[in-house]
Amino acid sequence: MLKVEDLSVFYGQIQALKSISFEVKQGEVVTLIGANGAGKSTVLKTISGLLRGRNGSSITFMGQDISRMEPHRIVERGLSHVPEGRRIFLQMSVLENLQMGAYTGAGDMEADIEQVFERFPRLRERQRQVAGTLSGGEQQMLAIGRALMSRPKLMMLDEPSMGLAPILIEQIFDIITELNAAGTTILLVEQNARMALSVAHRGYVLETGRVVLADTAQALLNSDAVKKAYLGG
Amino acid sequence: MIFISQLINGVHVGSIYALVALGYSMVYGIIKLINFAHGDIIMVASYAVWYGAVRMGLPTWAAILLSIVICPLLGMLIEKIAYKPLRGSARISLLITAIGVSFLLQNLARMIFTATPQSLPALIPGKLSVGPWTLSYTTLVTIAVAVVMMLCLNLLVSRTKMGKAMRAVSEDTEAAQLMGINVNHTISFTFAIGSGLAAVAAVLYCCSYPQVSPTMGSLLGLKAFVAAVLGGIGSIPGAMVGGFVIGIAESLTKGYIHSGLADALVFLILIVVLIVRPAGLMGVHRPEKV
Ligand SMILES: Nc1ncnc2c1ncn2[C@@H]1O[C@H](COP(=O)(O)OP(=O)(O)OP(=O)(O)O)[C@@H](O)[C@H]1O
Ligand SMILES: [Mg+2]
Repeated sequence: MLKVEDLSVFYGQIQALKSISFEVKQGEVVTLIGANGAGKSTVLKTISGLLRGRNGSSITFMGQDISRMEPHRIVERGLSHVPEGRRIFLQMSVLENLQMGAYTGAGDMEADIEQVFERFPRLRERQRQVAGTLSGGEQQMLAIGRALMSRPKLMMLDEPSMGLAPILIEQIFDIITELNAAGTTILLVEQNARMALSVAHRGYVLETGRVVLADTAQALLNSDAVKKAYLGG
Repeated sequence: MIFISQLINGVHVGSIYALVALGYSMVYGIIKLINFAHGDIIMVASYAVWYGAVRMGLPTWAAILLSIVICPLLGMLIEKIAYKPLRGSARISLLITAIGVSFLLQNLARMIFTATPQSLPALIPGKLSVGPWTLSYTTLVTIAVAVVMMLCLNLLVSRTKMGKAMRAVSEDTEAAQLMGINVNHTISFTFAIGSGLAAVAAVLYCCSYPQVSPTMGSLLGLKAFVAAVLGGIGSIPGAMVGGFVIGIAESLTKGYIHSGLADALVFLILIVVLIVRPAGLMGVHRPEKV
């Protein structure tokens, strides 16, 4: 469904990604794990068109090259990105945030909002509230709900567990599993490697801009290298 | 009596400042640029009215329409040619470019129409008398039109899809792109609206001061900019409030202190705001590097 080949990305002179390749197949949950600064967010931003890969990089989504497409066109094709730090519109109401998520007009907005409210009842209670006043967990739910509004075929989440209490992290990962069961393919970026690998089918380990390991989630959970570096021994 | 009439004068000029200030604030909100060429849109709009009404002999309404159609197009064109290529580069380059565009417009006008000011016919003659009170129709129309424009803008920004997209892009451009918002269109649209409001302001201004010259936009633009800063640049209600405050302060100074001090007062207000409350009356304080 999504295929990244030889992707290199630079910030000025600094090379953040060094010719990485990976793939996400329809129906999978795939996770990218790696330490701070490994380049995980850079990967997602490049896929969604916010950054550009160097010549020779290729990104194909559902058989189409999207590496030169504008971000809004990529969203229209069914790829949505829940960015690191949530990035909800703090000055807009919860409802307006969801409306912005439906900007591409992919589905029936009223019905989709209703679905998000069913999944996240807290958001229904707070729909008129300005998003900046939500708690961290509620903001993450809003960010996910907003991304669902575009009816994505593939959803990319960048560290959805960041800054959340363990019980909320649990909840977020349950939601990811549910979404996947309902047919959404997931590309999940996480520092919380144990959690990520427990919900994923396959995983890639990123180190300073390179893919150093690629395997099934189970195999990565059992691998000594991963245990030592990311699972605390 | 004097107080009331100065207050009405203040609201009259203030509503013109407010319309112009909106353009500064909206553009700043969306691309963080202080668009120094914005004042010169007023000049272009005024020349369009003059050209239509005097040179081409069009009926007044047609000349006004001409002006209100040309300015949004010009605003979008300037953005496309001068500012868009600089997106993502240092803000100072953008600022200097805007100053360059301002000079370009002024000098083009000087080349085409010469530096000699041109006179316009009275656009809205007559006044309303009720007992001892008189109020010119110009004042009435100016305030009414400005208030209606502001209400429309409020509806646009709070209710429509495009208006919400503008707010989203202002708040977080990247996140807005991830929603599927076409940022280029949204920015163009913002320039069109800002320039359209400036054109309306220019027409209203010409009703009171029926003269056009290549540099007429400078001082008016600068005062409106002060109004935008006072209200909190980037904030739409701020620009409206700022415009009225500046207009009233200026008018009261003329009435009670000295008319020569009115301009100085505006800039005094700017200095005080920058020292005491840099985010402005209604601005959200975001620490920002320039
Ligand atoms: N805007 C930028 N300008 C310059 N360098 C950047 C920029 N953004 C990221 N980098 C650098 O690129 C590298 C990869 O950053 P990236 O944000 O992709 O890492 P990450 O894996 O997402 O880290 P984290 O887990 O902390 O979010 C880092 O070395 C970072 O310093
Ligand atoms: Mg990151």
